[in-house]
Amino acid sequence: MTVTAETFSPPRTRTPAVPRQRRGATRRTRRSTRPQQVLGPGPAAKAAALAALVLMTVVWLAPLAWTLATSLKNETDAASIGDGWLPANGFTMDAYSKILSQGKLPVWALNSLIVAVAVTAITVAISAAAAYAFSRTSFRGRRLLFGATLASIMVPPQILIVPMFREMLALGLVDTYAGMILPQVVMPPMVYILKKFFDGIPPELEDAARIDGAGHLRVFTSMVLPLSRPILAAVSIFVFITTWNNFLWPFISTSDQSLMTLPVGLATVKDAYGLQYAQTAASALIAAVPLIVVFMVAQRQIVKSVATTGLGGQ
Amino acid sequence: MNAVRSAGRPTDRRVPARRPGGSGPLFAAPFLVFFVLFLVVPLLWGLWLSFTDSSLTGRGDAAFAGLGNYTEALTDSRMWESIGNTVVFTLLSTVPLVLFALVMALLVHTGLPGQWLWRLSFFAPYLVPSAVVWQVGVLLYQPDSGMLNTLLQSAGLDAIAWLDDEKYAMWSVVLITVWWTVGFNFLLYLAALQAVPEHLYEAAAIDGAGAWRRLWSITLPQLHRTTALIGVLQILASLKVFDQIFLLTKGGPNGATRPVLEYIYDTGFTGYRLGYAAAMSYVFFALLLVLSVGQFKLFARKEV
Repeated sequence: MTVTAETFSPPRTRTPAVPRQRRGATRRTRRSTRPQQVLGPGPAAKAAALAALVLMTVVWLAPLAWTLATSLKNETDAASIGDGWLPANGFTMDAYSKILSQGKLPVWALNSLIVAVAVTAITVAISAAAAYAFSRTSFRGRRLLFGATLASIMVPPQILIVPMFREMLALGLVDTYAGMILPQVVMPPMVYILKKFFDGIPPELEDAARIDGAGHLRVFTSMVLPLSRPILAAVSIFVFITTWNNFLWPFISTSDQSLMTLPVGLATVKDAYGLQYAQTAASALIAAVPLIVVFMVAQRQIVKSVATTGLGGQ
Repeated sequence: MNAVRSAGRPTDRRVPARRPGGSGPLFAAPFLVFFVLFLVVPLLWGLWLSFTDSSLTGRGDAAFAGLGNYTEALTDSRMWESIGNTVVFTLLSTVPLVLFALVMALLVHTGLPGQWLWRLSFFAPYLVPSAVVWQVGVLLYQPDSGMLNTLLQSAGLDAIAWLDDEKYAMWSVVLITVWWTVGFNFLLYLAALQAVPEHLYEAAAIDGAGAWRRLWSITLPQLHRTTALIGVLQILASLKVFDQIFLLTKGGPNGATRPVLEYIYDTGFTGYRLGYAAAMSYVFFALLLVLSVGQFKLFARKEV
């Protein structure tokens, strides 16, 4: 290790000798010491980190910015060579007004909302009840059933698509909301996550309720559920995002254009109308915006849900 | 992995006031009904289908085919090619998806101002549906006026047929996948970084350890478990790639990007050979299982 100026300057972290800092100082300290722990202290390291961060952010935002720029061009400009970010004929909202007035986009968005809300409500309800059964009740076969639930996490959903389609045909559920919604409500990881959380609720609380004569239903609805609000919110958001973005199952289970969800509609229409770049860009942004808004509103919950539900994946 | 390990841990001691014959099964019933209907039934049905030459609609008699579909799958060169593509995709995508996520998380964790902006810009693509990723991909890779070729040309280079040239198609798919999904791993790393105990850094600071020293001797070792977890999850996720490739290239050009799941889909839903598609699904599932068990063993040994 090279000897740097750092060696000669006093360590910047709090030392035991220094008494507790006053309130005003605490925030500043936290902001200035925490970063130095991972990278280095000093303005040079900070500037380098900031530069790298800005560069990566620009690269990561560029595709979205390009999509935004394209959506604001007319079709000729959007397809013309070498136009770059700025169109020859100025910016226009044509693409947006076209897809909103002619296309089925609003219908698809509504379908996505119906499907995602229904799947989220059912999934969270049945997963929470099952997690309660596995965590805080006892009955014969409980361990076996929970084991089966856990084991099923290994089954890739894609291999179920083929037989599931046949099952839907047999049940007469192809091209119905029920056919889109019901197969998506089985999410074993959610049961596992909720069970783990319920396991951590102190038994004493439950005992107190029991002495008051509460049965399982009372304990579940008036004690366990209210205590689990944060994890329920995190799981709900995660289920909602997954369902809103799901492509393969809704794609296979619907061919009726007025039943399609947003992702399916967007993907199918490229074949129907050919490529209109500005409209492609505009519809992409319209489809992306709801979840980005959800993220900005619920950032903390989402970060938590990803952190606790690491089993998600793509 | 966690799931498997804690399954064996007894949790019963936490259950108070056990009441035999209580309403426990009723709570589990709704989930279990759906579980059986939409997971167990299709799983077994698929297994049955894989031994028949059933068609998509199920009309007509599906003859029992015995192991015919399986022997055909194992000798089908196109299936092995598509498995090869899946493996190539996994190898090419996993490394950047772990490395970029780590670098992003380390940089964001430095606590520079504008936290919400960094988080949003790295995570936003993950929120975008695959069908939108397709559209963004079209706008990036468009041969004439796409973003990448516009950049290349303004730098005085030749345009590239990103999605239509067998040489570049797989790279194009990997590129957009990394852009799309890195945010998830990034958040996992960010959460892990916040959990690294502060006193380790304080001790290091007292010993006068430099920035690199701290990174190599504290941060990365502390992140070891997270890295292993992300690696395992990422490999399994990449092996299951379907959406973005199906939408962007339909597996082309000339099958150069077709992953195994797309070949299964094509066989079942375009070629109407449901029985054969089911058999290939199970071959693929078996490969995944072997791999997962292998990974788990490797992972478990490292933990000791």
